Amino acid sequence: MSAALFEYLLRLGDNTLVLGHRVSEWCGVAPALEEDIALANTALDFIGQTQMWLAYAAEVEDKGRDADALAFRRDVWDFRSLLLVEQTNGDFGKTLMRQFLFDAFNVLNLTALVGSADVRIAEIAAKSVKEAQYHLERSRETVIALGDGTQESNRRMQKALDVLWPFAGEMFVVDAVDTEMQKAGIGPDLAALRGEWVAIIQPVLTSAMLTLPESDFAHKGGKTGVRHSEHLGHMLATMQFLPRAYPDAQW
Amino acid sequence: MRSGSMSRATNEQIWKWLDAVPDPEIPVISVVDLGIVRGVAWDADTLEVSVTPTYSGCPATSVIAMDIETALMDRGVEHVRIKTQIAPAWTTDWLSEKGRAKLEDYGISPPNEAGGPEQCPRCKSKEVERISQFGSTPCKAQWRCTDCLEPFDYFKCI
Repeated sequence: MSAALFEYLLRLGDNTLVLGHRVSEWCGVAPALEEDIALANTALDFIGQTQMWLAYAAEVEDKGRDADALAFRRDVWDFRSLLLVEQTNGDFGKTLMRQFLFDAFNVLNLTALVGSADVRIAEIAAKSVKEAQYHLERSRETVIALGDGTQESNRRMQKALDVLWPFAGEMFVVDAVDTEMQKAGIGPDLAALRGEWVAIIQPVLTSAMLTLPESDFAHKGGKTGVRHSEHLGHMLATMQFLPRAYPDAQW
Repeated sequence: MRSGSMSRATNEQIWKWLDAVPDPEIPVISVVDLGIVRGVAWDADTLEVSVTPTYSGCPATSVIAMDIETALMDRGVEHVRIKTQIAPAWTTDWLSEKGRAKLEDYGISPPNEAGGPEQCPRCKSKEVERISQFGSTPCKAQWRCTDCLEPFDYFKCI
């Protein structure tokens, strides 16, 4: 049980860590000051949520590691993040499309986790879901504004959706860890969230004048750690450099 | 500073002291006004203060813990323990009435159920528009008054 729970918590914490870091890459280079601030704030929320998930993961593991050790001293194959969140930022539109696809899932998943049989998970989810709802509100509006914007912005948003779509399916893939969590009343049936997810994104994409890709093909291997994309290693090299080069560095 | 042999301060006294600790980002309101101090309790000779974060990644959280500890030690409390409590999750409903009024005076529009500021904190016009859902701290958004044209911070309602 505790091995599966540890794995499950890593998945939750690694998603917010990797996406939080990705989004933070926009800090100082976003297309407008307001967007720069919005992205930095979103990243901050994710990093805060990561601290809660990984701190709990470390306690469950009980091997003397803490949240920082998990974040900065694991390599690619030990990460349990979805392939979607490690995809590169691309242009602003791609970043917001990735955000929207994840936010819609994140709100559904966290809402379910508020009722988790694991009290600590329920508490972290209750805290995080408020932030996630706010993120979704913004990414939804931005996707519509850009999709239903100019010809060029519409073209870019459609391209972003087409590129990211094959990575979205992994969010709803259920494996042995998920099944064990579901049986214990800890986590939701991820497969069952897909219908609700489509119900959130479909009308938004329609308003955004975008076409949902027909293929249901899904790349897998991120949340199991079996096969991450090449992007994650590059991201970790930047993210982990300082604490690895100067292990006892204090801020 | 008083000596450590002082008699234990009452809860009422402690709350008064804490109400004098300003929020590091919005110093016009106290940490008590903000609604993040959830409880004070003595555990033998240690005073335990439960604090809840506003936003999970708010960088002010650790500064707030330090400020509370310092303020209480300055009043002669020798052993202070800050307990981070995340449940129930912080909500802007916990902002005190005093805090809301101070925010408005300071030029920050207080949180509003309707999802946006009720009025411009400067000229009180109801004609306001949103600039961005986010602002200079995690708890604020940027708005603008279309009458006096002044941009202002709005304390997000969560």
